[in-house]
Amino acid sequence: MKLYEVFIRAKSGLNHRHVGSLHAADAQMALQNARDVYTRREEGVSIWVVEAAAISASNPEQSEEWFDPAMDKVYRYPTFYPLDKEVDNM
Amino acid sequence: MNKAIEHYLLRLADTALTQSQRIAEWCGHGPFLEEDIALTNVALDLLGHAKLLYEQAAEVSEQDVSADDLAFLRDVDAFKNPILTELPRGDFAFTTLKQYFVDQFNVLLYQALMDSQYQPLSDIATKALKEVRYHLTRSRDWCLRLSLSTDEAKQKMQAALDDLYFYTPELFETDDQLNQLMAESIIPDMSALHNQWQQQVDELLNKCQLKTPTSGWLATGGLRGEHSEHLGYMLADMQFLQRAYPGCEW
Amino acid sequence: MYSQGLQDAKGGPEPEGLLKAFQKRIDNEEKIEPRDWMPEAYRKTLIRQMSQHAHSEIVGQLPEGNWITRAPTLKRKMILLAKVQDEAGHGLYIYSATETLGITRDEMTRQLLSGEAKYSSIFNYPTPSWADMGAIGWLVDGAAIMNQVPLCRASYGPYARSMIRICKEESFHQRQGYDIMTVLARGTAAQKKMAQDALNRTWWPALMMFGPSDKDSKHSAQSMQWKIKRFTNDDLRQKFVDATVPQAEHLGLTIPDKDLKWNEDRGHYDFGEIDWQEFMEVIKGNGPCNKQRLRARQKAHDEGEWVRKAAEVYQQKQQDAA
Repeated sequence: MKLYEVFIRAKSGLNHRHVGSLHAADAQMALQNARDVYTRREEGVSIWVVEAAAISASNPEQSEEWFDPAMDKVYRYPTFYPLDKEVDNM
Repeated sequence: MNKAIEHYLLRLADTALTQSQRIAEWCGHGPFLEEDIALTNVALDLLGHAKLLYEQAAEVSEQDVSADDLAFLRDVDAFKNPILTELPRGDFAFTTLKQYFVDQFNVLLYQALMDSQYQPLSDIATKALKEVRYHLTRSRDWCLRLSLSTDEAKQKMQAALDDLYFYTPELFETDDQLNQLMAESIIPDMSALHNQWQQQVDELLNKCQLKTPTSGWLATGGLRGEHSEHLGYMLADMQFLQRAYPGCEW
Repeated sequence: MYSQGLQDAKGGPEPEGLLKAFQKRIDNEEKIEPRDWMPEAYRKTLIRQMSQHAHSEIVGQLPEGNWITRAPTLKRKMILLAKVQDEAGHGLYIYSATETLGITRDEMTRQLLSGEAKYSSIFNYPTPSWADMGAIGWLVDGAAIMNQVPLCRASYGPYARSMIRICKEESFHQRQGYDIMTVLARGTAAQKKMAQDALNRTWWPALMMFGPSDKDSKHSAQSMQWKIKRFTNDDLRQKFVDATVPQAEHLGLTIPDKDLKWNEDRGHYDFGEIDWQEFMEVIKGNGPCNKQRLRARQKAHDEGEWVRKAAEVYQQKQQDAA
């Protein structure tokens, strides 16, 4: 059987979130298994399953070059722009 | 009137309990972990139905009894389930097909019972229907999966069908009390239900490319308390503590 | 200093720079995730510890599963079913987390069934009476929770996350066990005896669950440094004894240890010496139920073979037809 990753929407309005994985022969079985394994305590209102093999992931060895450059772009945040007291609830 | 209702509530409760008891035997022994967990969910749902039905039966009973008394202190000849549900769990094909027969029955029955003139039954049916619909999806899928895969699985499904098929008409058996309830629209017409059930089952068995057997022992009697040898063992096991230590709190 | 002499997967020494950076991340309480670099020994230790943990959940279904068909009331039957089902779920969560380390569930199952992999020795003891359901929930789950709560902060992300989920679900397990014991202890003389007998049976094996004494534990130091273990075996065992003694007193039950005594100076209970020889025998496979437990797992695995095969073949046929 194949490995599937399981994503669950806890309640409407929220994103699906990764909760774990399980084994199943096909997607339909994976959905049913996910329902039975991961929503026994009202944890979800919607389920996605994805074959683990179908996921492409970024490489942790490149994480410095990928993610560190965002660190010094402070001008992307509102706090970078001081405002006079009179208008600071902008 | 109350007598007939109590009789029917016990018919349904005993059916749910015995079916649950057999499915629960898989807990810790399933063919793989995910299915172990899924089967236990089915057992738990059915046990929940049994509890609601016994509680209602205790409510209408003239005797001072609890739901647990009804489950744990009646003997074989007082149990009213069809023989089908007391049969030993067998292999996974047997369990799957038996569960499918029961699920298909439950879905049609509870759908119809939602319109019951007896409100408590209609309430229980409304709650149970959601659960048995899910059970049916699962057991149908498994019937297809097993029948249309390997030769070994197909043979096991065919063997299960040969063993089980003639136990199914008993699900629809009636007696005077049930006929009275049907006349008062408290329960649906059982022969109409049987026709609907047969149509659904024929369709699935056809898809599964399984052949219905042409002869076998036609089960009967559960409603009258006439059972197979298996129920005695099941009750001996299930009721052991209540029998060995009467009158205790647990 | 502990990193000296660690070997990579091919048997060569681990690169010093990577080891240092790795330890620094752990010291900073950063989580290690599946695709991150990690020393081979860290991976192996985790696989051993996590798969043992998962196996314990799965084998742990059996002693309680014993009583599912015989639970004395509808309510108790539901609770017990839900609890044993949780154990299957917890096994599944941890197997899933372990698979992220590059081992398959099939391989872990093979290791369990061949006896290569261990599981908690407690599940090799029998459950002859209903009160064992109470004693297991109260003591065995109680001990498990003591072990597991610190693991929610384990350095390996998938393990920590599965433990958080497990601890949340498991919080009812100990309570339902204590509830069974409470009812029995306040019941008839026969019921009270049942409860006391179960406590007598379970107490020492429960203390053994925390593993060998610190002075004999071979994995402790490295595991503590890697934060896949947060407290020593003896610390957790003491914590468990301290928490449990008043609970037993409240029930009017007697813990079967004549050396058990409150030590004012230490602020802890002193307790008697564990029979380590028994512990080693059970670990080696010579406990009362080792063979039955493994046979039951083997049987379920063998009888499920055609089902798993059928599911795969069906999927293949559907795919080919599409």
